[in-house]
Amino acid sequence: MQFGVFTVGDVTVDPTNGRLPSERERIKAMVAIALKAEEVGLDVFATGEHHNPPFVPSSPTTMLGYLAARTERLLLSTSTTLITTNDPVKIAEDYAMLQHLADGRVDLMLGRGNTGPVYPWFGQDIRNGIPLAIENYDLLHRLWREDVVDWKGRFRSPLQSFTATPRPLDGVPPFVWHGSIRSPEIAEQAAYYGDGFFANHIFWPKEHTQRMIGLYRQRFEHYGHGSADQAIVGLGGQVFMRKNSQDAVREFRPYFDNAPVYGHGPSLEEFTRETPLTVGSPQQVIDRTLGFREYVGDYQRQLFLMDHAGLPLKTVLEQLDLLGEEVVPVLRKEFDSLRPVHVPEAPTHASLLAAAGGAKDNTVHAVDDVTGKAPEAAR
Amino acid sequence: MTRRTLAVVSAGLGQPSSTRLLADQLAAAARDELVRSGAEVQIRPIELREHAHDVVNHLLTGFPSAALREALDTVAGADGLIAVTPIFNASYNGLFKSFFDVVDRDALADRPVLIGATGGTARHSLALEHAVRPMFAYLRAVVVPTVVYAAPEDWSGESADGALRARIRRAGIELAEQVDRRPVATGPADPFALTTTFEDLLAGRDPV
Repeated sequence: MQFGVFTVGDVTVDPTNGRLPSERERIKAMVAIALKAEEVGLDVFATGEHHNPPFVPSSPTTMLGYLAARTERLLLSTSTTLITTNDPVKIAEDYAMLQHLADGRVDLMLGRGNTGPVYPWFGQDIRNGIPLAIENYDLLHRLWREDVVDWKGRFRSPLQSFTATPRPLDGVPPFVWHGSIRSPEIAEQAAYYGDGFFANHIFWPKEHTQRMIGLYRQRFEHYGHGSADQAIVGLGGQVFMRKNSQDAVREFRPYFDNAPVYGHGPSLEEFTRETPLTVGSPQQVIDRTLGFREYVGDYQRQLFLMDHAGLPLKTVLEQLDLLGEEVVPVLRKEFDSLRPVHVPEAPTHASLLAAAGGAKDNTVHAVDDVTGKAPEAAR
Repeated sequence: MTRRTLAVVSAGLGQPSSTRLLADQLAAAARDELVRSGAEVQIRPIELREHAHDVVNHLLTGFPSAALREALDTVAGADGLIAVTPIFNASYNGLFKSFFDVVDRDALADRPVLIGATGGTARHSLALEHAVRPMFAYLRAVVVPTVVYAAPEDWSGESADGALRARIRRAGIELAEQVDRRPVATGPADPFALTTTFEDLLAGRDPV
């Protein structure tokens, strides 16, 4: 099982002292968090993508490319890559490039984005959110699997004899997760392609997650990718820990009370009861997290949100120490002992490569460097 | 025997509340008429005061608490709705509006609704026509023609009397008739149900 952190990348004032970090500070903090994640033995770092204040990560592959050079083991991912407002051609190019630089330590999670005004900045309309996600991904899927693509759709200009370069590393496209809180169409999409499905599972009651994962698993089986319990499931989670649970509650409460999304609404106690948020001792986090599999089944990836609501970097790094030293080793052992042998691990570049029967160099060389004429003719 | 459910939403803030009293009398009038036509009737009262914090939390977080979810499901799954609000500043009170703001957009489509209001003066009675009825029209509910407004002078010893009593009976009959001509409600729609196929999604076709 994979464990990691995912970040939204918000620049939020620390409510305990009124301190507001600069963009530069926040960006550097995200890097520090990723490096720490590798240091404490986590498997995955995923960054959000946003194109409006108060968020900084508008350019995920720039950050992930930099992280690729500074890490050895860490799997670099996104939470989420906007499949609606990004050009699928650019996603195909950017993440294939990242795959080469990171030697395959890359996957990505696609999401729609729920901020209406962002869509028109990229020539789109939020009311087309689902159709954009469907059409753009279908194109992206082809661009990584077919060397030469002829394509026509509703939302971008047609492509004729187009080759997305570089080709995916070893001829194996990055693994894709589809993230959605409550759109059954996206669970259906993930199931159709046999891709992973990731449930946000932080700001919402567990019943949402349970229903969405249930649908995804059922449809995964329907489309013949394996049995329902072999579908590839990821979950979010949100925790704040101190050795002593009362200390955790006391320290986290001002951040909770003023947090974006749920601040000034329900109490910390109500929200921990209604959603998977856990504030307490490492043991409480272990117990709660192990409970997730009771309503989603055996799953492959657990990401934690550790760095939002204005928490200072120092605190976040302390949280990662606790996560890496006290929580994840126990979770890893427990989850592994509970999981039946026929339930797979999350796909990685290595496992996908093995499944494909080994690496192939599928570099596309243009036949005619004046016209760039389709290389297909040369094969 | 046909089983019918009436959801009765009261946005009164006092306890006891004249708004709740009116709501109960409207519910009784509709029930009596449905029973006369052979139905078995269950009345499900919802006091919005009990859900006030949860309603605001839902507005802020985007999801209801378990208790509020139950109230919303009751409204969405009833055969008929009776909705009564005190009139504040010439319109429904904020709690009433906030509650219906978190009701699913399609939950009340073609649902028979009887609306009522209470207020400190009879001069506010048209708030039912210029504020409450249009809100339910927007939700595509079927609001019965008779609406019931109760001013202080309409109450006599905690029970509606005279003209108010006749009006309550007429409104109850109108609601019962609308309920009666519809099939039994099947409960709230499942928001997680897949209503399309991937083939249609891929082809850019709208769900039927």
